[in-house]
Amino acid sequence: MTDAPILTVTNLSVAYEDMRTSHTIIDGVSFTLRKGEILGIVGESGSGKSMTCRALIRLLPSSRLKVTGGSVQLEGGGDVLALTPREMTGVRGRRIGMIFQNPASHLDPVMSIGRQIAESIRHHRGIGRAEAWARMLDILRQVGIPDPESRANAYTHEFSGGMRQRAMIAVALACDPDILIADEPTTALDVTVQAQILRLLQQLRDERGLSIIFITHDLGVVYQLCDTVAVMYAGRVCEYGPKDEVIHRPRHHYTAGLIACQPSSEGGTGPVHTIPGQPPNPADMPAGCRFHPRCEAANALCAKLQPSLDEAEPSHACACHHPVGMRTEAKT
Amino acid sequence: MSRYRFVLYRPLQLVPVLVGISIITFVLVRSIPGDPARVLLGPRTTETALARVREQFGLDEPLWLQYFYFVKNLFKGELGKSILYKVDVLKLIATRIEPTLVLVIGSVLLALLIATPMAAIAARRRGSWADHLIRIISTAGLGFPAFWLAIMLILLFSVQLGWFPVTGYGRTFWDKVHHMTLPCLTTGLALAAVLTRNLRASILSELQSDQATAARARGLPENVVFWRHVVPNSLVPTVNLLAVNIGWLISGSVVIETVFAIPGMGQLLVRGIFTRDYMVVQGVAMVFACATVLVNFLADILTVTIDPRVKL
Amino acid sequence: MNAVAKLRMRGIRWPGRVTPLLLGAGILIAWLLIALLAPLLAPYDPIYQDAAVRLQPPSWAHPLGTDNFGRDILSRVIWAARIDLQIALFGVVFPFVIGTIAGSISGFFGGWVDTVFMRVIDVVLAFPFLVLMLAIITIIGPGLGSFYVAMALVGWVSYARLIRAQFLVLKSSDFAMAAVSLGYSNTRVMFRHIMPNAILSSVVFSMSDAVLVLLNGAAISYLGLGVQPPVAEWGIMIAEGQGFITTAWWITTFPGIAIVTLAMGFSLLADGLGEALGVRE
Repeated sequence: MTDAPILTVTNLSVAYEDMRTSHTIIDGVSFTLRKGEILGIVGESGSGKSMTCRALIRLLPSSRLKVTGGSVQLEGGGDVLALTPREMTGVRGRRIGMIFQNPASHLDPVMSIGRQIAESIRHHRGIGRAEAWARMLDILRQVGIPDPESRANAYTHEFSGGMRQRAMIAVALACDPDILIADEPTTALDVTVQAQILRLLQQLRDERGLSIIFITHDLGVVYQLCDTVAVMYAGRVCEYGPKDEVIHRPRHHYTAGLIACQPSSEGGTGPVHTIPGQPPNPADMPAGCRFHPRCEAANALCAKLQPSLDEAEPSHACACHHPVGMRTEAKT
Repeated sequence: MSRYRFVLYRPLQLVPVLVGISIITFVLVRSIPGDPARVLLGPRTTETALARVREQFGLDEPLWLQYFYFVKNLFKGELGKSILYKVDVLKLIATRIEPTLVLVIGSVLLALLIATPMAAIAARRRGSWADHLIRIISTAGLGFPAFWLAIMLILLFSVQLGWFPVTGYGRTFWDKVHHMTLPCLTTGLALAAVLTRNLRASILSELQSDQATAARARGLPENVVFWRHVVPNSLVPTVNLLAVNIGWLISGSVVIETVFAIPGMGQLLVRGIFTRDYMVVQGVAMVFACATVLVNFLADILTVTIDPRVKL
Repeated sequence: MNAVAKLRMRGIRWPGRVTPLLLGAGILIAWLLIALLAPLLAPYDPIYQDAAVRLQPPSWAHPLGTDNFGRDILSRVIWAARIDLQIALFGVVFPFVIGTIAGSISGFFGGWVDTVFMRVIDVVLAFPFLVLMLAIITIIGPGLGSFYVAMALVGWVSYARLIRAQFLVLKSSDFAMAAVSLGYSNTRVMFRHIMPNAILSSVVFSMSDAVLVLLNGAAISYLGLGVQPPVAEWGIMIAEGQGFITTAWWITTFPGIAIVTLAMGFSLLADGLGEALGVRE
């Protein structure tokens, strides 16, 4: 991992707009991805983590969702948000690739895996069929699919869950991207297969210098795989820093709560910790800090003023008025 | 492979259906009033002649016995003898089946050929004037009576332009193609109206599917995503739609064959009804019904094969 | 929550501009008025034959021309609207009622009742529609009454299947279970609670079915097995005009256009209702 940033996201905002209402889904999200880095974005469902990544490649699921602000600087490519649709097709796949949670529904069921991969290769490189086929077999080998020659002619439904996810990764790699966004790729897999996929991703980073943004709700996976962590809540980044720092020394109360929720490896008979309450509805965001209704350390200030990512510890930022460990005023 | 399990179970379910088909066919045909012997021999005939004809075709036996013979013959692969034509019904059907098959298959092909680009354009340019126009035309197309459309097409293409013959089937391959163009076009247009609406909806839905999104995420331009990934997948439910409509297609062939004087099974059936030719009507009705059942079964197999997401 | 409130919750939207719903309803109302006001609108008696004006092309005296018997086509088209609208109405209503009752029973009670019904439906559906109708009408004898009987015997299956499917789904829905747990009898749950919801898709379907019934009725009359001459009906008129297609195209053309426009009205209404009621086919 080098220090050179390959992707810089600054103040990204996405809103939902229809004829009657408009509300913010993602509010001022910023983070940096360095070359060869694996960044984990963690959060509950509805935290906006998937939406953020869709916004990065401008494939928001509905025409009512719009990017309303911010910039996404791609090294050597300018601001992704300012590109024309034509230029975007050059960025997608080729510079930023994406793999999804459910490979069965994200692969074309009526086209063989080999042809799907070869199609991408030919599109991005403009080479002939035979050469593309050879490269495709190569990629299948790299992702660990055995007997590529015959498996290339197989269809999605003929693969098992883990193999399907490898096939999905192969399809994404066919474009030879610099950055890979992985949207919860292991959530639907069982634990042993999950470990294999994580190992594969690490391998890809080590061998090809692939930079990865890994979205998940599972802190355990983050700990295994990622270098850096960004914790998202209700459409904002609430904590951001190196994995060891964030997980061993969480500064935001939400992060601390998430970590406490993890079943302890030491066993024990105490009750499982939960964070009381529910994540807020985008149409109905609490004023001030979005987490304050569920936070033990909240006070009047939290209800009024929304905290931003502080610079107190620049390598481990946190958006909280009273981060964990700081002496706080008594709750009023 | 468990997805194909229904292939084993379905035939068991179909047996009572086939039995029901044979019973209903038999009951219906026998209920047609009128004595086939009389129809055959005409008004000036003797009792002995009538009795001889009746005995020859087993018409004087009790009904349940006649049904028994009917089923027994079915298993032997025989469908009885036509009273009017004096040949085996099976042979009769064999000579008449080709035009009907050509009509049905030709109509389906033409319908797909017309409907796919129309639906694709309408879906691609959703909300544009092209989309509205296509939607209006296809909605109007639902209401065109096939026999009237046939006459209008004959008026335009045969009478005014002289491009196609009005009636008949033709001898050589190309002659047949020439004769069957208008008939297939008639049914094809009517079917295309239904298909266009359905396919358009299917395409619109598929445009938002996960696999289309993933294809875009790979940087494939929208044209490639549309034509190579969205449209082929949208055609999958069409297979089912066509199978469900096969009964309607066969019904249509009855009318179309009458208008265009095509010597197919539909015409055979109509004539059989009018002349009380029991065996023929039974035979043709059985063949039609079994064909419908079979086509639906095959369509289910095909759907499961093409689209692994389907479970039956 | 009762069934009516559930309907309101579906959010039936009032369209502000010209929509399929309004257009379809407009066309149907127009034809209804034409049929009802036939005695006032038709310039001539539809069965009056005037040998002097046979096979006249459209003119001021006869806007749609005359046929080979010297009858005014415009008047015949107007009067025929009564017959064809009737065909569309009764050809839908009888199967609707029979099919809905059969399907509700089948869907609600399940078990062997359901299995038997489903097999019967499969058998009836295996036959091409027209073939079955032709056979039945030949047995009973030609005529409009026979057509209705045949429709009732054959057409109920689609409605039965539709409502059965709805019942199967709704049977285990929250509000049905709540009603049963409150001790309501089976019939009450069936008719006052499940039915209003289940019947919505049937109503939308009946509009598209009306198109098919209309076309079928015209086809059967065209084949000579339905309405008998000299009654004016669009299908018969097309048959009558077929022989004169080269010399007097208007005899066949205009009744066909009438069928197409009426059918369009039903189709648009079906689309519009489907959208408004949130029913998907």
